[in-house]
This record gives sequence, C-alpha cells and structure tokens, in this order.
Amino acid sequence: MATESTDVSRVVLDNGLIVLLKEVHTAPVISWWMLYRVGSRNEHTGRTGVSHWVEHMLFKGTERYPAGTVDGLIERVGGVWNAQTSYDYTAYFETLPAEHIELALSIEADRMVNAKFDPQEVEAERTVIISEREGSENSPIFWLYEETRAVAFRVHPYHHPVIGDMADLRTMTRDDLYQHYRTYYNPNNAIAVAVGDFETTTMLDLVRKHFGDIPPGPQPPPVTRAEPPQYGERTVRVEREGNTAYLFAGYRAPAATDPDWFKLALIDSILAGASAPGGNGIGNRTSRLYRALVERELAASVSGGLYPSVDPYLFSVMVTVRDGRHPEEVQEALDAEIERVAAGEISQEELDKARKQARALFVYGTERVTGQAFWLAFSENFSSYSWYESYLDRLAAVTLDEVHEAARRYLRRSQRTVGWFVPVRADSEEKRA
Amino acid sequence: MMAQPIALPGPHDVARRVLPNGIAVLVREHWQVQSVVVNGWVEVGSLFDPAGQEGLASFVAEMLMRGTERRNFQAIHEWLESYGASLDVSAGRHSTGFAGRSLAEDLPMLIDLLADALRRPVFSAEQIERLRGQLVTAIKIREQDTEYVASRLFREMVYRNGHPYSRPVEGTVETVSHFSRDQLVEFHRAHYGPRQMAIVIVGAVATETAFRLVEEHFGDWENEHQPSPPALPAVERLATIERRKVVLPGKSQADVVLGTSGPSRFAPDWTAATLANHILGVFGMYGRIGARVREQLGMAYYSYSRLDGGPGPGPWRVVAGVNPANVAQTVSVIQDELRRITQEPVSEEELENSKSNYIGRLPLQLESNEGVAGALLNIERYQLGLDYLLRYSDEISAVTTEQVLAAARHYLDPDAFALAIAGPDHNDLST
Repeated sequence: MATESTDVSRVVLDNGLIVLLKEVHTAPVISWWMLYRVGSRNEHTGRTGVSHWVEHMLFKGTERYPAGTVDGLIERVGGVWNAQTSYDYTAYFETLPAEHIELALSIEADRMVNAKFDPQEVEAERTVIISEREGSENSPIFWLYEETRAVAFRVHPYHHPVIGDMADLRTMTRDDLYQHYRTYYNPNNAIAVAVGDFETTTMLDLVRKHFGDIPPGPQPPPVTRAEPPQYGERTVRVEREGNTAYLFAGYRAPAATDPDWFKLALIDSILAGASAPGGNGIGNRTSRLYRALVERELAASVSGGLYPSVDPYLFSVMVTVRDGRHPEEVQEALDAEIERVAAGEISQEELDKARKQARALFVYGTERVTGQAFWLAFSENFSSYSWYESYLDRLAAVTLDEVHEAARRYLRRSQRTVGWFVPVRADSEEKRA
Repeated sequence: MMAQPIALPGPHDVARRVLPNGIAVLVREHWQVQSVVVNGWVEVGSLFDPAGQEGLASFVAEMLMRGTERRNFQAIHEWLESYGASLDVSAGRHSTGFAGRSLAEDLPMLIDLLADALRRPVFSAEQIERLRGQLVTAIKIREQDTEYVASRLFREMVYRNGHPYSRPVEGTVETVSHFSRDQLVEFHRAHYGPRQMAIVIVGAVATETAFRLVEEHFGDWENEHQPSPPALPAVERLATIERRKVVLPGKSQADVVLGTSGPSRFAPDWTAATLANHILGVFGMYGRIGARVREQLGMAYYSYSRLDGGPGPGPWRVVAGVNPANVAQTVSVIQDELRRITQEPVSEEELENSKSNYIGRLPLQLESNEGVAGALLNIERYQLGLDYLLRYSDEISAVTTEQVLAAARHYLDPDAFALAIAGPDHNDLST
C-alpha cells in the first residue's frame, strides 16, 4: 500500500523554493501548503513566541490583499485556509475547489514578501495572542507540558512553548516581528506542496508564474544550542487549582531522521496505541498501558506521543489519573509496565499488530488531500518527502531484536523527565452577576 | 485525467430502502478509496432520561462497546484495533449515534459488531464500575472547563421549567455515581429498537452487499414496546437580559456564552436563520462579531456565533473567551451586533458572500466518505429528500435579505437573552 503514493514530483526552483506536486483525482479539490523552516526551535529567550505571532501577522494584510479581504475571497469560493506554528515549522494552507487554486498561490506568493506588519495591527494582535495563551492556561495540561518541557530541555529552544512566554508577548516589538519575518520568509527557506486534482505540468507553470521571480534571501542562521546529555531523572510538580491529577513522562528520543525513530514508533504503538502519519480514529484499548492503567482502574485515560522532530525531542506518555486515585500509585504501575518493555517483553505478535495498524491508518490518511499535502511538506522539512512515502516500508524493516534493543536504550529512567499535575482544591461558586 | 466536476450525491447514486421493522438504510458506493464508513443512529437519547437520572442514556450508550453476549471487551477491541477499524457509539439528546470505519474487506465484521453492540450488550458489573470512574473523572475535568461551565449555565437559563434541553446529556457526578446495573439493563431493553433507526454506508462496497449485510444483522430486530420520543414542551422566551456567573478559581480567561433558543431544523425560516448566523458570527474570521471583538479590538482569540438547530429548538448563541477585564466591553459589542442584525437588513454583498460559501464548499464537504455519510445522515434525519443536494444551490440562492432580517428578528433580541459567564474572580464579571 505504500506504493500508492510514489508519484510525487519534486522540483527546486532557481530561487531555492522546493516544490512537491502530487496528483490525486478522487475529488475536484486541491490542497496547497506553504511551509517555512522556522518555528519555536529558532527562537531565543526574549523573543519566544515570535514565530507564532508572525504567523498571525501574515493574516493581517498586504498592499494587494488588505487585512480581512482574503477570508472573503477564500470563503466565497467555498475554500478553507488556516495556518499552524510548531517547534520546527510554520505552515499555511488553502484547500479549494480545484478551479480556484490559483488564488492560493497568489495569496501565498504575495505574503511571503509583502506582509505589512502595520504597527496598529501588531498591537491589536498582541492582545489576541495573549488571549490565546490565557485560553490555554485555563487547561491544567498546558501548565504541566510547559513546566515539564522547560525541565526536559535546559539548552535547546524546545524548552519553551510555541505560544511563547507571557513576558515576551508583552514586550516584543513590531521590529522584532518584522526582522524575524525577513530572516526566515524566503523561497530558499520554504517548501511548497500541492496535492489534488491538477495536472503536474500545468501546476508547475502556475508555481513558476507566482513564485519564480521572488529573489532568494540569505541563508537563515542555524540552530546551535543542542541539548547536552542528561544525567539522571528529572522531576517536576505543578500544583494549581483543579480536581484531576495528570502525569507526564517524557523520555529523550532521537530526531526523525535517526533509524531508531522507527523502532520507537513501534514501541509507542505497542505501549500506548497505534498512530501513523495522517491517521486517527483508532482506539488504544488493547495497548499495554491502557491495560495496565485504565483497566486496572488507576487511570481514566492514557496516550503516547512520538513527534517526528528536526532535533532530538521526547517520547512521551500522558496519563489522566482516575478520580479517587493518587499519582504515586499510577506512577508505580506505569513504571512497572515500561520496565517490562525495556526488559525485552515485546512479542513478535505485538510487533506485527503494530505494523498492521499503521498500514490501515496510513490508508485512511491518504483519503483527504489536505492531510496528504501536510505530510509531504512536514516530512520534507525534517527529512525528505520520501520519509512519509517509505513510512510503512521503514516499519516493516525493523526486527524484533532491534525493538528490544531500542526499548532497553531509550526507556531508561535516567533519560526521562516526569511531571505531575497535583490539583489543589478549587470549588466553583456561583456569584451574583 | 481530471476528476469530474463535483458529483453531488443524489437519487441516481444513493440507494435507500426501509426494512419492514423501520430501519432506513442508505448506501452510496465509492470505489476510489479502500475503506468504508458506517454511520447512523437509533432513536433513543437523553430525552428519555428520567428526571434526576440525567446521563442514563449516555451511560448505556458508552456500555455498548464494553461487552456483548458474543464478545467481551477484549475481543471487541482486539478485533477493531488489529484491523485498524473503529466503532464509536454515543448518546445525544434525541438519538444515539454510531460511527464506524474499516477497510472495505472488513465491513461484514464491522456490521456484525455493530449489531452485537446495539442489540446484545451484557452490562457486566466489572465494566460498569470501570466506566463509572472514567465518566466521573471526565465530568470533573469538564467542571473545571470555563466554556463547558458557561454553556451548561446558559442552557439552564434558556430552557427553564424543566425543559429537557436544560439537562446535561452526560449527567452529573451525582447521577453517574448512582446508576445501578438494573437501571442500565432496563433502559436498554425498554428503549433500544429498530423504529426510526437509520444506517448509512459509504465506500468501496456494492450496494446490494451493503443492504444484504444490514438485513442479515438487523432485519429480525423488533421491540414492540419501543416508545416514541417524548413531546418537547414549549420554550418560554426570556423577556429581559438575565445574567449568571460562576467563579472558577485559578483560571486566566473567562468564557462568555449568550443567546437564546433558535429554530429547529424543521422550521420554515431555518435556512434564512443559518445565513443570518453565518453573517453574524461565522463568515471569515467569525463574521461581524469576530471583526469587532477579535480583529478591531483584539480582545479575544475566539468570539463566534453558533446555531445548533436539530430536531427541536436548539440554542442560538454567541461564545467568546476573553480576559476577565474585557467581559463587559465584549458583551456590549456583541449586544450592538445583535441589535444591528435584528434591526437592519444585511447588505446584498454580505448575503452573497455567505450564499456563495454555502454552495461553493460542497466539494470540500463531500471529499471524503465521512463527509458524504454526514450529508446523507442529515438528509435522512430531516427528511430532506434524496435530491436535496441537487436542489440545495437553488434553495440557498432564493433567500433574500428581508428573509434573513425576519429570521434574525424572530429569534434574537438584543434586549432579551441569557448571559452566562464562567471564569476567575474579577469585578468585571459583574457586567
């Protein structure tokens, strides 16, 4: 089934823009993605959150498309558009009925260069982003992630959240934002992807028409602050108002390009449930941790995560502690199960099942053009689009011995950061309005 | 080769049959993908929850995938997960919905499992207790969620005098803590049945195969005592602005929910009302409300309006998440926009924009099997006719600015609505 998506055309324009095109003719729609190689990974203290704020400013107008006009243009033709900022990238997309796709290219080529960063708009957006952060702060999990990541990464910029620290959101200036934009928004730091109902030669002509004349910029500065080795387990305890405890364990994991990454992906699937690029909607009730924690009535839910990252990140487990239970007993059961896996207790049967699940999820993931286009852009950023295309083959090549060896090496207490969210009493109360 | 222009599902490629026991079955073949989706509902929801036992229908629905006469919990999920399939069942107010997906070759097993879950659950004591703790934890988490708390308060204010829409589908910690096995078994026995049930199958399956599978697994299902849904009492309109707030310590942001009850999906002015709502708080970045609250004033990351509809008069509400210091100003701006949408006709351009979006978005909505299944469920639920999507463009195009104004006026009143607030303690929460 991996052979289904072998028909990607990859072209690099003279200005350095990488273009990936894949024809899919199941429905008359096209998804267009622009991914810039910049995210919270490229941010320094004092400017945390700048990538995400820049993303917001790209919706605040150019000379050609003043603020507020593009929403109307996209929605009038029945399209959707949005953007996301993550650790390693900032990406923008439009998914449109096929006959309107040139609108997407026109908008994206324009705002790669011409975003205004009007000072008044910058100030209005400052409070919107602060509001976005305050909304996240309403969730206990936000605090737990923020504190735990900050301890897991002392040096590498993965240590701060994508939204940024409140102190920086209050003090960053228009010039900080604009400088960030000019440094990273260049064709030679970008990946453009189209997936959908088009002919490759026609689409390539359109890409050249809109992007071909944009001059390349200087190569952006490399990220130099690698995280040093970890010597010993780190722990964090967050105590805030709430009524539910959560537990997070993050193990140091390799970058997505490391062959070990695929071994850990299988371990993640066996421990905490299946996942695969683009796939969702399959349960994890037969996973080891669900059985050990939820079925034993210690936890209300458990999930795992292995994020394909440019630099080494974390393999993580998140547990919602069941009402009436305590983090201590949940931690103990979690550790016992992980130690069983680290000691070699994974069977060939479990490994085969994880691969089969990945295959089904991968098929589902190719049923919508938006998801496919994202994965091509996303994987090209941290590796190459062939990372996505060969995903199932890479999983198939992993042996049981390799999984055992990887489990032993990565699932070590000394290489993890554990965080607890411990609720302190927070009774809600109706007040006179 | 390019895809054909959007091929709208219609009588030419959607087959519909009603089994003698009342189950409506709709099938649409789609051979360009390898999977198939099975969606539908049974006509039992939280409307049947007895007073003081809120959450009973929901608890029963959650139990269906936790053991049947033929399969225990492990067997159900081992099969689903090994084959990369999924099947979820959950209760709403009027019905209990199910949504399944599998690779095409596994469809027979998926339908078999669905029939098993709906018809033959065992409600094992062990699974009841396991689920109970999970549900209690989930409700407690939501009780700390400002948007959830404000929405629940809002419902209590809009749907007064014991109207069933005021009650939480998922129940409360108190009710969920006390359901007995007998109550669950009895609720299932009394209420689950084939009447008014619908199953929609979309994907890589032959129509006749799909019909045959449903007939084999559901054709002999009967429940002669299956009750009709209780009639809904009228909703008493609010005469003034009513305010309530709940303080949740430790939060950064307040959530504001304001509005009233809106049209049901069957109301003659439904389409005009949804267009009014689209202009008010959806189009572009949250419509007129977003343009002021978010874009102009920078006060909120989200501030939008939503019209639920459904078989009864679901809520028509505006939701905003703002700093507690900005609650009063946000409410005042929203009130201005309610005044404007109920007093002045929208511009021709605004209406054209929204209509154009409604019509133009069909290709994206119908791209996937899930999207097509959703459209067919909607057609069946509200008896819109298999040619609904073929007529859709004309129906939308025919709506006038006067009709939009009349619909907005019919339901919204800038001086009479419920205002619910949940957030940290702050003087400004008293608007």
